[in-house]
Amino acid sequence: MVYLLPTGLHLGLHLVLHASLRRCLRMGLAVRFLGVLVLVVGLCALGVAPAHGQEDSPLKVAFVYLGPIGDHGWSYGHEQGRLAVQKHFGAQVETHFVEKIPEGPESERVFARLIQDGYKLIFANGYGHTRSAIRAARLDPEVRLEVATGSETSPQVALYSARFYEGRYIAGVIAGHLSQSGTAGYIASLPVPEVVRGINAFLLGMRSVNPDARLRLAWVHAWYDPPREADAARVLIGRGADILTQHTDSTAALGVAAEQGVKAFGLASDMHHFAPEIHLSSIVNLWDSYYIERVSAYLDGTWQSGRAWRGFDGGMLEMSAYHNMPAEVAEAARRVEAQIRAGDLQIFAGPLIDQAGAQRIAAGAVLDDTALLSMDWFLDGVDGSLP
Amino acid sequence: MLIVRIEPREFDTTSTQGARAHLRVLGLAAVVPLLVSLLLGGLIFLSNGIPPLHGLHAFFIAPLSDRLGLTELLVKAAPLALIACGLLFVFRANVWNIGAEGQFILGAIGATGTALFLVPQDSPFCLPALFLGGVIAGAAWAGVVAWLRAHLRVNEILCSLMLVYVAQLLLHWLVQSPWRDPQGYNFPETALFESSLMLPILVERTRLHLGVLFVVPAVALTWLLLNRSLFGLAISVAGRAPRAARFAGFSQKRIIWMTLLVSGGFAGLAGAVEVVGLTGQLVPRISPGYGFTAIIVAFLGGLHPLGVVAAALLVALTYLGGEAAQVTTQLPYAAAGIFQGLLLFSVLAFGFFSRHRVRFTRAVQRPAGQVLQASANLPANPSANSSTNPRVDL
Repeated sequence: MVYLLPTGLHLGLHLVLHASLRRCLRMGLAVRFLGVLVLVVGLCALGVAPAHGQEDSPLKVAFVYLGPIGDHGWSYGHEQGRLAVQKHFGAQVETHFVEKIPEGPESERVFARLIQDGYKLIFANGYGHTRSAIRAARLDPEVRLEVATGSETSPQVALYSARFYEGRYIAGVIAGHLSQSGTAGYIASLPVPEVVRGINAFLLGMRSVNPDARLRLAWVHAWYDPPREADAARVLIGRGADILTQHTDSTAALGVAAEQGVKAFGLASDMHHFAPEIHLSSIVNLWDSYYIERVSAYLDGTWQSGRAWRGFDGGMLEMSAYHNMPAEVAEAARRVEAQIRAGDLQIFAGPLIDQAGAQRIAAGAVLDDTALLSMDWFLDGVDGSLP
Repeated sequence: MLIVRIEPREFDTTSTQGARAHLRVLGLAAVVPLLVSLLLGGLIFLSNGIPPLHGLHAFFIAPLSDRLGLTELLVKAAPLALIACGLLFVFRANVWNIGAEGQFILGAIGATGTALFLVPQDSPFCLPALFLGGVIAGAAWAGVVAWLRAHLRVNEILCSLMLVYVAQLLLHWLVQSPWRDPQGYNFPETALFESSLMLPILVERTRLHLGVLFVVPAVALTWLLLNRSLFGLAISVAGRAPRAARFAGFSQKRIIWMTLLVSGGFAGLAGAVEVVGLTGQLVPRISPGYGFTAIIVAFLGGLHPLGVVAAALLVALTYLGGEAAQVTTQLPYAAAGIFQGLLLFSVLAFGFFSRHRVRFTRAVQRPAGQVLQASANLPANPSANSSTNPRVDL
């Protein structure tokens, strides 16, 4: 800024006052505008002191969201976690969020800006933020980043995620009880293992009740794209699905389901009040305890990189209240939830047969986390394929 | 009946007084929109509970006050300036290429395809080959438009715009299926290029890459071609007076072909630079709308190569400022977008009023020719060629 200032004043004065630059003035609006902007900005810079943090300032924690906090799903859920952190630590931390930051290279600039602004602990909630986070972390050896559902770790970048598939299985059990046609519809986002796992878990839940159940897929190729989510919902209903579920971030599918009188599940946050007449239950993500734990760890100097993956028993997941279903179905769902919580029920237990008819795991064995984290095949009974 | 009349401002720049009046108007056209947009911006910040000065500082000054901000500004402005340089050729020729976004995407695809399949890794011709791949792909995509326009007389606005969607879908298909990174857990992106296939970084610990410097020769070449070559003359004549161009022996078809190929080539180069300099891989969101924003940049820069550079910097600043304001002051994403829009709107609107005056008059019949003349002097836009009367009856 120090170098810019005199140059800016000089250029600005020239552009406004000096008649010999007439040719330059005629050149374009932008040249003139930029000249004056530089002038005014230079003057402002003299008046306004930049807002730099002091030495004993609170720990600055940032949250980078893929969608808007108003999606009432994924990013909204993380925002609740941020509020919990702020409430829990009070003046010890200063939290900020940034919304609608797309996955991919553009996000690196946001991380770099946050790091430059003195944020030491940054949580990001996009799978595709991982690579940018790893690159940006090099700017400051003290900074630590965490990416929800991300793809790879580094000494400064940790991953965290919930075992969403546990909730998917319960949703599948409910769908198995309620579906008349035996076919449910699944709005799928991107073909990463996370999504594939959720699809297989839902089908396993359905088949635990109705062994002939089938699951139709519609890909929207995005995490958050309400119009396409709604289109996918229409397509699935049109093709005979009478229960809908989704792996996308908004409430759009619930809206379509309500319009057409088809029952549906919510995701990430309790979406009941968006479609009270057809909403069955939502798989709700709870980030409060994890965020509080990690901020504490950073404050104590015990933060370590790694991959946290917790389900019902780890407090990252819960099913919202059960609605629009007979009491015995809700009871069955609660029973399954208790079994999963207690570790009595293994969801990916053999024998599991994939679409091609190959046995992926034999009877008596259970898929381990490594297999779950790289899952790229569908069970027999899924109508759809990886795009 | 009250008549609102829009007339061009005319200044006698040969006399000192006229020149001063001209300067005064030009100066006002720069100061007024700035004050208006700063005022409106302040109000936006205030309505979100942010102290206006703090907000404006975060929007305009913070992004420029450190190494990260300055380098990011150049990284963001470079593709805009490159694409807009190409657009100068078509727009000056009155050929409406709205599809630079698609040509940019094809450039990125062309460079990535060359990197993935064609190039032996250790050859010194690797990098130039990538750029060549991008330029050819971008130009070919624009060539489709040129062929449709020149030989089948299809409206170039529509077909260039619609080819953007085709390009986007092609990109999505490529990163999802054939070119997907085999080690990438099915996430839609290609594998990262070898580091020998990436442009060097100019400033340590930033993303400022060598490709940003391509803007300098690109602007120089654009200026030379437009102002000092027969090709440039043909473009200007064809744009302003197609009949005169025909009499002068300039082939309309040839001009459509040449300008679109050059424009597509520039956009393709920008796409290649983005991939080879910045991302190092092809991703579905390779362009945050550069091709469309470059249209604004071209007009904001007065269809002049140097103006385009200034406009690209300004527009890039509004993007970075919006992002920075979100980061430091918690300005909501949508509010930052509104501020960006108001800023550009007021610059363009007051620019218009610096070239035209608005007169309120009683209804007095004037010779029709005078009104028509006024409309012919409006800046190049589609309605300028129609015979619509620029009067608005109140």
